[in-house]
Amino acid sequence: MSKYEAVIGLEIHAELMTNSKMFCGCRVVDSVEAPPNTAVCPVCLGMPGMLPVVNAQAVEYALRVALALNCTINLHNVFARKNYFYPDLPKSYQISQYERPLGIKGWLDIELENGETKRIGIRRVHMEEDTGKLTHLDGGGSLVDYNRSSVPLLEIVSEPDIRSGEEARAYATRIRQILRYLGVNSGDMEKGVFRVEPNISIRPVGTAAFGTRTELKNLNSFRVLADGTDYELVRQAAVLDAGRQVVQETRGWHEGRRETFSQRIKEEAEDYRYLPDPDLPPLHLDATWVEEVRAALPELPQAKLARYRADFGLSAYDAAVLTEDRTVAEWFETAVSIPPHLNPKTIANWVINELFRLMNESKQSIDDIRVSPAGLVELIGLVEKQTINNNTGKEVLAEMFASGQSGTAVVEAKGLAQISDEAALAATIKQILADNAAMVERYMNGEAKLRGFFMGQVMQATQGKANPKLVNQLLGQALNQAEK
Amino acid sequence: MGVQEAMTGPSVLFFFVNAMDLTTLTLTELRDALWAGQVTSVVATEAMLDRIVAVDNEVKSYLTVTDDLALEQAAAADKRLAAGERTPLLGVPVAVKDMFCTRGVATTAGSKILEGFVPPYNAFVVDKLAEAGAVLLGKTNTDEFAMGSSTETSAYFATHNPWDLERVPGGSSGGSAAAVAGRMAYAAFGTDTGGSVRQPASFCNIVGLRPTYGRMSRWGVVAYASSLDQVGVFGRTVADVTAMFQATAGFDPRDSTSLNVPVPNYEAALTGDIRGLRVGVPKEYFIEGLDGEVETAVRAAINQLADLGADIREISLPHSRYALPIYYLIATAEASTNLARYDGVRYGPRVAGADVIDSVQKTRALFGAETKKRIMLGTYALSTGYYDEYYGKALQGRTLIINDFNKAFADVDVIAGPVSPTTAFKLGEKVNDSLALFLADIFTLPLNLSASCGLSVPCGFDGRGLPIGLQLIGNTLQEATILNAAFAYEQATEWHLRQPVIGG
Repeated sequence: MSKYEAVIGLEIHAELMTNSKMFCGCRVVDSVEAPPNTAVCPVCLGMPGMLPVVNAQAVEYALRVALALNCTINLHNVFARKNYFYPDLPKSYQISQYERPLGIKGWLDIELENGETKRIGIRRVHMEEDTGKLTHLDGGGSLVDYNRSSVPLLEIVSEPDIRSGEEARAYATRIRQILRYLGVNSGDMEKGVFRVEPNISIRPVGTAAFGTRTELKNLNSFRVLADGTDYELVRQAAVLDAGRQVVQETRGWHEGRRETFSQRIKEEAEDYRYLPDPDLPPLHLDATWVEEVRAALPELPQAKLARYRADFGLSAYDAAVLTEDRTVAEWFETAVSIPPHLNPKTIANWVINELFRLMNESKQSIDDIRVSPAGLVELIGLVEKQTINNNTGKEVLAEMFASGQSGTAVVEAKGLAQISDEAALAATIKQILADNAAMVERYMNGEAKLRGFFMGQVMQATQGKANPKLVNQLLGQALNQAEK
Repeated sequence: MGVQEAMTGPSVLFFFVNAMDLTTLTLTELRDALWAGQVTSVVATEAMLDRIVAVDNEVKSYLTVTDDLALEQAAAADKRLAAGERTPLLGVPVAVKDMFCTRGVATTAGSKILEGFVPPYNAFVVDKLAEAGAVLLGKTNTDEFAMGSSTETSAYFATHNPWDLERVPGGSSGGSAAAVAGRMAYAAFGTDTGGSVRQPASFCNIVGLRPTYGRMSRWGVVAYASSLDQVGVFGRTVADVTAMFQATAGFDPRDSTSLNVPVPNYEAALTGDIRGLRVGVPKEYFIEGLDGEVETAVRAAINQLADLGADIREISLPHSRYALPIYYLIATAEASTNLARYDGVRYGPRVAGADVIDSVQKTRALFGAETKKRIMLGTYALSTGYYDEYYGKALQGRTLIINDFNKAFADVDVIAGPVSPTTAFKLGEKVNDSLALFLADIFTLPLNLSASCGLSVPCGFDGRGLPIGLQLIGNTLQEATILNAAFAYEQATEWHLRQPVIGG
């Protein structure tokens, strides 16, 4: 690749999680789960005489995204008809935006693996409607489900600023994270709610003209996005090196062979015969409203990450993990805000090491769990006050996670409070040393590591409840006395 | 049948109204009779259905007659009337063009590609008719997808002019116009995309109103050219048209181009007083190609307006000559995308094929020749590389037409002129001459490109006894002004009282 430069632009289609469809009152349903053609009406079936009405919630969601991606907002929006024929498109045109999209000239910074930041330009963010879904039967014939027809769809088009599969992945991942932060898209790539299509070409280093591009479609994960893009760059380089021409086409990814394959060759650019939709007058956005939406945007992940590092002293890794998901971040921030305001680093450790492990094991999300931020803070308090030791704390958290009880209740119910009664512990230690005279003898003769054995015996005798610091201290004293 | 039943009824009043032939009543006269209990809706509906049986085999104005449904609705209306209800059109039998979707009643748009299509919904204005209590007699013939000026492009049959069965009734709403003129409906809906209500009204000696774009909802009206289509109303008198318009105009939140403006009391605006009304006569509407007899009648009508106290002045609509090409670019472009949905996948007939694409292509062969021609023209006009030259240029030209009207309405209240350059032509005379047909619309098209409203009112007959219409154009949402001007003229003349003798 070294003599070529990659030129990659990404088209991202994201369905908006509105209650109803873009141009009619039908519910937006899970197009994988819902029975076919159960969320349809004459409008989204394109029946004669039916007319579209713009969904205001969809416009607000789209605006949130355009603002979050630093776009210039067009207050004067025009909806256009994009004409093409396919049986999953009921009107034989898609209502989209063409000459006056909602947002233009935006940008997004992405972090590269080498730690550098790169700015990717965003050409446009526009509103449109999704199509239905076709299923081709093996024995011939096709089935069509219009549940997805006219679901609000956002198209985000980047500038061709991306230079590798890794950058493509970083950009798409960041976009998806922002959409989730904004509460407008679930980011589910398997279900096709979030779809990424890279346009890929290469050109000799130092030249300005674009090479012939190929488009990758039906990529169902970020890994496939990165691998498919990289494969395509190598393939195109090989084609050029062999003195042949790259063919403009749409290609898919074959997971088994781990290579791209030709799906459809575009002999000439498809003519969509765009025209302003005469059924929809231009949509004028109120500048004041735009500013209200901007002001109501949540703190975005990159700003949040920077704040966690600066204000909480978290490592880059910990801050990234905690800000990955907005709900997790908010859960964490609630815990930090609760008196007695424990050290955020301590809370972060508990969340990342313990809570995430429990969530992973039980496949629960932060929304599902029964441990509240206040509950975790209380538990950490018990450890810090040495009512329980650290290991017991982890067990108590697991019990809280399973039963929904408070930490204090678990500690009381199970009698897990640490034994810090010096006299009682001294008596236990004395008994253990007496029972293991031979070991004590060996210790005296220099086997210092046996001290750990005595510790273990004490903890076992107290079912782990002994205050380990105190045991250590008392054990030292007892062994010293034995020596004398 | 209806007459006999009524005569055996208990009321002497029934005898009175039946003796004078119910079909000759105007809508407003019928309404008064219904309200006064002098006649029942069932009897009036039967009179209409009988008339349809008697003469429509010659006129061919209806594609579908919903006789059972009509009698059911009429009986329900009679119960409500007897209970003292007085909704605006309660019990009045009317017809709608087959471009309007009607729940449970076949809706074809005059095309084979929608043959047998039964919508599960009503057009908004059809719902408004039902709310007002009207009785639906059936669906009237139309040029295929309203593409025509003679009702000859209907895939089913041509409609004949009740004044001369060898002639066209005009189009595309020729079925509705012929039904009203032939006394087979008290009033009817049409659609007016380029003159399709005003021109057939003028050919059939009735009143036809094309309101301001957005005044009546397009919801459920099969689209031809969305930015030009508007529901229109036919009646035998200005008062009849006003009553139907009053009951069905208004905002519809499901049509984004519908105007959210209150509906004024149009009926109260019919004072007949037009003293001081400023009437502009555009010189561009009296040009070569305008039939001499038509010109004479229209000029006489304008003089009549002056006699009634109007202030007549010559005006100019300088870009009128561009209206025809602008219209045909915009209309065909929009039609090419509006009609792309008729593929047989979801509704309507489906012609079997080797696969989905083959099936769709074979299904689309069901479009008629005129429709195919316009789809191709529009597809071309929108193509990459041609958009700026054709569709884009047409949109710019449209702005010039709008400016013409805006300038004119700064000085006048109403614009008066001919509706059509000629009276009704013969069936088949222009069927293979698209350009000649297009020219039939030159005086009606500009209004559709603008934000004005207009109507046609009977103003005379030519030497062959064929009707001539006077066009009155008003500024945006000034329907009351043109209706009152037409009313004043109608009260002073007797043209509208002449009735055709069908087959006579």
